Amino acid sequence: MSALKQRIDSLLIEPGCATNQGKSDKARKEGCKKPLTPGAAAGGCAFDGAKIALQPVVDVAHLVHGPIACEGNSWDSRHVYSSSPQTYRTGFTTDMGEFDVIYGGEKRLYRAIKEIIDRVNPPAVFVYQTCLPAMIGDDVEGVCRAASAKFGTPVIPVNAPGFAGSKNLGNKLGGEALLDHVVGTMEPEFTTPCDINLIGEYNVVGEFWQVKPLFDELGIRVLATFCGDARYKDIASSHRAKAAIMLCSQALINIARKMHERYDIPFFEGSFYGIADVSDCLRKISQLLVERGAPADLPARAEVLIAREEARAWARLEHYKARLKGKRVLLFTGGVKSWSVVSALQEVGMEIVGTSMRKSTHNDRAKVIEIMGTDAHMFDELPPREMYRMLKESKADVMLSGGRSQFVALKAKTPWVEINQERHHALAGYDGIVNLVAEIDKALYNPIWAQVKQPAPWEIEELELRGTAHHG
Amino acid sequence: MAEIIAGKKACTVNPLKMSAPIGAALAFLGMDRAVPLLHGSQGCTAFGLVLFVRHFRETIPLQTTAMSEVTTILGGQENIEQALLNIKKRANPALIGLCSTGITEAKGDDVGGFLKSIRDRHAELAGTEVVFAPTPDFIGGFSDGWAKAVTAMVDALVPRSKVRTPWQVNILAGCHLTPGDLEEIRETVEAFGLTAIILPDISGSLDGHIPETFLPHTLGGTRMEDVKRMGESALTIAIGEQMRPAAELLEKKTGVPVRVFERLNGLAACDAFMALLSDLSENEVPSKYKRQRSQLQDAMLDGHFYFGEQKVAIAAEPDLLYALSHFFADMGAQVTCAVAPQDAPVLTRVAADTVRIGDLQDFEDHAAGCNLLVTHSHGRQAAARLGIPLLRAGLPTFDRLGVAHKLTVGYRGTRDFIFEVGNVFMEQLHAHEQHITPASLRANATAASAPAVDAPACAGH
Repeated sequence: MSALKQRIDSLLIEPGCATNQGKSDKARKEGCKKPLTPGAAAGGCAFDGAKIALQPVVDVAHLVHGPIACEGNSWDSRHVYSSSPQTYRTGFTTDMGEFDVIYGGEKRLYRAIKEIIDRVNPPAVFVYQTCLPAMIGDDVEGVCRAASAKFGTPVIPVNAPGFAGSKNLGNKLGGEALLDHVVGTMEPEFTTPCDINLIGEYNVVGEFWQVKPLFDELGIRVLATFCGDARYKDIASSHRAKAAIMLCSQALINIARKMHERYDIPFFEGSFYGIADVSDCLRKISQLLVERGAPADLPARAEVLIAREEARAWARLEHYKARLKGKRVLLFTGGVKSWSVVSALQEVGMEIVGTSMRKSTHNDRAKVIEIMGTDAHMFDELPPREMYRMLKESKADVMLSGGRSQFVALKAKTPWVEINQERHHALAGYDGIVNLVAEIDKALYNPIWAQVKQPAPWEIEELELRGTAHHG
Repeated sequence: MAEIIAGKKACTVNPLKMSAPIGAALAFLGMDRAVPLLHGSQGCTAFGLVLFVRHFRETIPLQTTAMSEVTTILGGQENIEQALLNIKKRANPALIGLCSTGITEAKGDDVGGFLKSIRDRHAELAGTEVVFAPTPDFIGGFSDGWAKAVTAMVDALVPRSKVRTPWQVNILAGCHLTPGDLEEIRETVEAFGLTAIILPDISGSLDGHIPETFLPHTLGGTRMEDVKRMGESALTIAIGEQMRPAAELLEKKTGVPVRVFERLNGLAACDAFMALLSDLSENEVPSKYKRQRSQLQDAMLDGHFYFGEQKVAIAAEPDLLYALSHFFADMGAQVTCAVAPQDAPVLTRVAADTVRIGDLQDFEDHAAGCNLLVTHSHGRQAAARLGIPLLRAGLPTFDRLGVAHKLTVGYRGTRDFIFEVGNVFMEQLHAHEQHITPASLRANATAASAPAVDAPACAGH
């Protein structure tokens, strides 16, 4: 059994995972690997997942070892922001050719690492293994070891070839690379009793910057984010944090659990989406830090901040209540966002006519039922054709989803708001939920909807003709 | 004749190139009621899908055989079989376009053999053509994949024919043409009283229309019954050198003669196209095209002031690079930096002294001092760093609206393109003028160097 296979098997029975906790011993042993259906599969591969998780480390060079497809077809397509270095936005790939396939790609990889260090000199190079070199047996870990020793720059192998599994598995394999090679390799310049890690926060469209001022105000220092706007040294010295918040549901749970085991950093699962969720995060982290030696007045100060920010957010939402009351939402997302967004939309008086539970855990489901009082509007899968029918029959006034289903809504002439990772609007924090509601309002009240739904003159004539035929 | 400079780097930085399988997939997306199917791991499909969705702003039907590590090593016959049956059941398409990838080619899957065996065992696949394009990721790039898919379709779908339809013309369209270009070409051919079969025709499927239904295959594009009549045409017009192999195969199979147009922009190329259609149809060139020709001449007269001696850097797929370089050369501009993602025969005829096979780092390194950058949306980082305006051309263009309708072929397309580019040059001139002072003019006279121009580079996320 290969090392990669063993690693994947261990991730698939992750004990920290809520879904796994809900299973019987036997089911748990079988792991959570869902075989993909050829001809009916959708979604990214393990490499995609690893890259999504790690690319937000902004000062590192991310080098993809594979043929042109893996990087050439996908680079510079994610809206994760950096407060300064732009190295992460450069696409590096070995672009393997026929010669490399025949003779092996290790030499090209080694030379590529050298070229990057010579020209860019980043604090580290992350090397992503992909299917083709994995299949022909390129020893990426060996090359990385040799290059690190030779050039004196950490060269980190990320062993998540696409055919290893799903995007979600790839997130975790990316996390494993950090645990194996990065975390604990450096020391912070100083520590404070209020140092925390945020795990699974990617700073999509800079939305973490809507949350960071809250921590700053409380004197809580974010030592490292995994990996939004992160620097290599932040991750390397993250083992000195006092506590951690795990965001984005299960994507990087292995990091949270293993850092708890190895470095005694307790964590809880939280969300920055939704007013109550942000408050909950601030409360819990304050408590946790006090237990770990932070000043005893931290929770009280947090309450003052929460009261002020909640009042401000609700006041800003007030404007939308009358406009959005009773509007019907079809929510097509996954995981943690389903319930945190549901609660926020209900607060402004919107009606949820459907929410998908894809990628959601048992806890996520339970929370949706708790908030909505029923599971009647939950669905696991909604094929595009069915989604289109619902919208075409005006079963919803607006759809919230990822970019993939955008055109289903638009072709059905239904307002649509983007809420997944490709989104262009920052939705996190107290301001984030106001942004989301503002976006929904903007979409719903755009004057185009009435216009595009208006039939053409000749269509009206046809309708009338049909009408008179009926009467006659 | 341009000198070709091959890249020597081990590391491709800021790729210009995209993979052959998704080039093939886009060709299959130009077919009516089709589903392209990539034989590889599911990420290969997901990346291609996202790329096309961002460019066309349309739903893209694209499937995967979802290969795992184990099935890759054991061989992919079962996955292909399951995928074909699943797609047949869910979408019942007229065509499934199967494209291999790096892993399945390196493994050596005998896809042709698999398909025969699967067909023999599954009568329920009747009514759906399956065409296979071998497209290893590690050989060639996007336009090579496109060309292979079109060649494979000609090979598999066009029967020999004894009938000749003198008013019917085949158009083999290269991947550098937009739906807007194809619409223009079809209209022009029809204006001479001829009918056109365009293969592939993304103007039917990816032109951004609102379909009546929502089905998991392409809605529009070249119809299967039309492909099967291509052997009856009077002439095949191939647009772009990449289409030559497919056109020659078609000629070999059916005897339909071929005429290759390396480009369809610029006065001379458009004149040749009009003359050909006029000869073929024995009809005079319609007056609206005579009028458009005159408008193009006028645009050239008005525009040449702004193009003369401008230095331009272009990075694009080979046929697009060829067409763009000659467009600029025709107007008196100079292509001082030309980069192609992979080699192709047409590159020696690009209107530049040298053509580099390379990436956008090579582009950025050699474009300094140019007045205009021309490449796809990934050039925005280079444009921001160099402070040079970027004109977006090619796929992917994900940060501009209306890319499907961008028209650069024909008299009208060339005319409007002169205006679009000329306006960018004019804008620079205006920015430049604002920096001119008596002192700067004197400095210029002695140092013979232009003052720095804060060009409005279009960058950002």
